[in-house]
Amino acid sequence: MSDVTRLTAAELAEKIHTRELTAEQVTQAHLDRIGAVDDFVHTFLHVDTEGALAAARAVDAELDEGRAPRSPLAGVPLALKDVLTTDGVPTTCGSRILEGWVPPYDATVTRRLREAGVVILGKTNMDEFAMGSSTENSAFGPTHNPWDHARVPGGSGGGSSASLAAFEAPLAIGTDTGGSIRQPGAVTGTVGVKPTYGGVSRYGLVAFSSSLDQAGPCARTVLDAALLHEVIGGHDPMDSTSIDAPLPPIVEAARRGASADLSGVRVGVVSEFAGEGYQAGVQRSFEAAVDVLRSLGAEVVEVSCPHFVYALPAYYLINPSECSSNLARFDAMRYGLRVGESGDSSAEDVMRATREAGFGAEVKRRIMLGTFALSSGYYDAYYGQAQKVRTLVTRDFDAAFDKADVLVSPTTPTTAFKIGERVDDPMAMYRADLCTVPANLAGNAAISVPSGLSDEDGLPVGLQVMAPALADDRLYRVGAAYEVARDRASGGSLVYRVPELRESGA
Amino acid sequence: MTTMVETMDYDEVVERFDPVLGLEVHVELSTATKMFCGCATTFGAEPNTQVCPTCLGLPGSLPVMNGAAVESAIRIGLALNCQIAPWCRFARKNYFYPDMPKNFQTSQYDEPIAFDGWMDLELPDGETVRVGIERAHMEEDTGKSLHVGGATGRIHGASHSLLDYNRAGVPLIEIVTKPIEGVGARAPEVARAYVTALRDLLRALDVSDVRMDQGSLRCDANVSLRERGVSEFGTRTETKNVNSLRSVERAVRYEMTRQAAVLAGGGEVVQETRHFHEADGSTSPGRVKETAEDYRYFPEPDLVPIAPSEEWIERLRGTLPEKPAERRKRIQQDWQLSDLELRDLLNAGAVEVIASTVDAGATPDEARSWWVSYLAQQANTRGVELAELPISPAQVARVIALVNSGELTNSLAKQVVDGVLAGEGDPDDVVAARGLAVVSDDSALNAAVDEALAAQPDVADKIRGGKVQAAGAIVGAVMKATNNQADAKRVRELILERCS
Ligand SMILES: [Zn+2]
Repeated sequence: MSDVTRLTAAELAEKIHTRELTAEQVTQAHLDRIGAVDDFVHTFLHVDTEGALAAARAVDAELDEGRAPRSPLAGVPLALKDVLTTDGVPTTCGSRILEGWVPPYDATVTRRLREAGVVILGKTNMDEFAMGSSTENSAFGPTHNPWDHARVPGGSGGGSSASLAAFEAPLAIGTDTGGSIRQPGAVTGTVGVKPTYGGVSRYGLVAFSSSLDQAGPCARTVLDAALLHEVIGGHDPMDSTSIDAPLPPIVEAARRGASADLSGVRVGVVSEFAGEGYQAGVQRSFEAAVDVLRSLGAEVVEVSCPHFVYALPAYYLINPSECSSNLARFDAMRYGLRVGESGDSSAEDVMRATREAGFGAEVKRRIMLGTFALSSGYYDAYYGQAQKVRTLVTRDFDAAFDKADVLVSPTTPTTAFKIGERVDDPMAMYRADLCTVPANLAGNAAISVPSGLSDEDGLPVGLQVMAPALADDRLYRVGAAYEVARDRASGGSLVYRVPELRESGA
Repeated sequence: MTTMVETMDYDEVVERFDPVLGLEVHVELSTATKMFCGCATTFGAEPNTQVCPTCLGLPGSLPVMNGAAVESAIRIGLALNCQIAPWCRFARKNYFYPDMPKNFQTSQYDEPIAFDGWMDLELPDGETVRVGIERAHMEEDTGKSLHVGGATGRIHGASHSLLDYNRAGVPLIEIVTKPIEGVGARAPEVARAYVTALRDLLRALDVSDVRMDQGSLRCDANVSLRERGVSEFGTRTETKNVNSLRSVERAVRYEMTRQAAVLAGGGEVVQETRHFHEADGSTSPGRVKETAEDYRYFPEPDLVPIAPSEEWIERLRGTLPEKPAERRKRIQQDWQLSDLELRDLLNAGAVEVIASTVDAGATPDEARSWWVSYLAQQANTRGVELAELPISPAQVARVIALVNSGELTNSLAKQVVDGVLAGEGDPDDVVAARGLAVVSDDSALNAAVDEALAAQPDVADKIRGGKVQAAGAIVGAVMKATNNQADAKRVRELILERCS
């Protein structure tokens, strides 16, 4: 492994902008790393070697001409979750039904990355249409956790987070509907941020659950995540639900947080996120993290959010409902897979056969759940009730944020579980999202920052910090302060303790 | 298939039964762009040329509301005396159909932008009927399927289908009446008068092309019968896509006679969708659905609610055209019409087209003479209303202008109008393509005159001898030789000059 791939995005950017390294060298180093380890971890579904090198050379040409970098991340490589459209580059969402589809347009996130000179290395593996917590639901095979090959990297964005822990990319984009950025971040020892709903455009993000989906940054450090957040965030007229207001000062907050002073910050510990179902090592890691926050000057208070216990069931009514409608368009008529065509088959026959063949079991489960929940006669009892819970969860947050500036919890109740362990138990799989779904239901911002390794299995644990909507900057201040203190105590960044990966062909 | 259906004599129908109507009209708005994307809405473009990721429903695409369409919807609501919702949303209507790119239609469901209004109609004899408006809501149109290889053009029996998504996402307003009761024998007439009045209102609002022949105004007619004296409604049928004003009247009338025969025979009317057949004026059952449709409506999460401010609504109220009754009074004065003349024009459906022609630059007399004579004949031949003729008031005004400037004679003008009606384009296109401009070149005309005089030397002699009226024969010959493209008055002058 070259030293280049060990650097943070901020360090890489500095070396590229001062011409100590070229963007092409940096990109090539990461492509080489992908070539060496991706057979082992399988984080990428598609590597765009030519596109990445061309983008890197374009950045180099501009810098060589003496022009100012297009953005603080110009020339830095990135792994893009395969749920965001890329003009001319395949986008599958981890599904057979989109195998071979090449979108004719860029998602707004993709476009902003390109405009900022960020080099897109390729598209990362994910649970099919982002439905899952393990990346095992990918139609193209699971991703392995770089910390333990036998374990899942979380999901749905396991590919994006694992690519960071495998040093295949310094930055990645994920999407978070119920925890799909934060939970993989936690179990791979990386940072993941779910921005405020509407803070990052959803245009070109293939919708799973429109009212919950949110794209966000993944990185190995809080500052890197902040730099990426500022590149992709901000109002987009192509997304009606995008917030028409300037982003809060995110990078500034991350830099300020690095001074490791949290005096005057009130941190609320959500009392509902503890007890049965929480792995003891995760719980201990969390308690230690709270002690660290207190030692940095934060005032720690306990808050109760009584409706959070209903958040998961409500979430599992709303997301299948929206999913059943969003995924209706995959019908073989215009793009993607088409099967069952014969001389006398009708359009309906082809639709039925294609959807039967093209969707995996979890996607079908959610489509059926959602179709049922929206049916007349059941709508009020299911979808309607779930929306009421959503309001109550939002009120719980409002009340909690009267007492605290941020709320904290473990990101997910356990460390990475074994591949195959939960595939036959959807309820166990769904419980991985227990602590993360409330922020999606309410639309507020949350981050997962590594809080060390669980003392019983040596696997990474995540600390979740939640902030009110539009106050994403608080995540970065608290997250960066905690990160500095943690690294100081443990003698360096956690992610460097990931075991050496088996390299193929090298 | 339809010949076996029994119908009851209409007089008997209305003696025994009381009809109840409900009319649903879909209006395509004439906004420059679609409801949720920036694609153009031009009618008749090459298939699939007015499309983008959003109206094709490509993965990842999102809708953005067209403010102009919302404005049109509010103006329509206000003109129909509706309440405007202070807050409303779109919903998704979920069902699978190949011409619907997302397999859901983005539509308003239980939160229409306008509701609870009314419209007054005037029947041909001057009687006024008030029709209640239940709601007017916004939605997007679907694409179009063309079924190839079947006998009927329907999907059944077709070998394959072609899909054109140009229309997918065009803004629609659906206007639904409250049940229209108590109109008895006049029900078919009232249905037609309603659609006519609505069309005129929408045209005056300048929100739609309102062309039933092109589908920019489409009517579904719900009809039910109940025994006279009974208060609860009978079972209704919905006759779809009735494509002309005359058809609205015929479809309602046919359904009344058909349902009456079913009921009188002790049968039950089946609640179903029916198709109207232009050729014989009958209706037949649509596709039978095994199960009731469940559209699984839920609020559209990709759009934000619409909350029109009081000021915005009032500003839009200020842009409404005159009320039809006031407008008529003003027109009667401006055009100096007697009551009888006005009524004749109204019954001929000519007032609005004449007014629009006047707005486009013609004088009231010029506009009137075209619409009540030559164009009325054409409408009559085709069995359509004046406003349904495929010529616009602006095009008629252009023809009049060409006549006034001497570029067309009256007889050439009729040929130009024929060309426009035949779909050859705007008047200027027809003039150019058919080469119909007046021959105003005197030397060309003189040559034709000389030729005609030479061909009829005896007539020429008579003219030279002072029998001026004999010139008519030469004029006729010259006009024939120039394909009627000469100005006959000028030809006559030239003949007399030559023979003096
Ligand atoms: Zn479009």
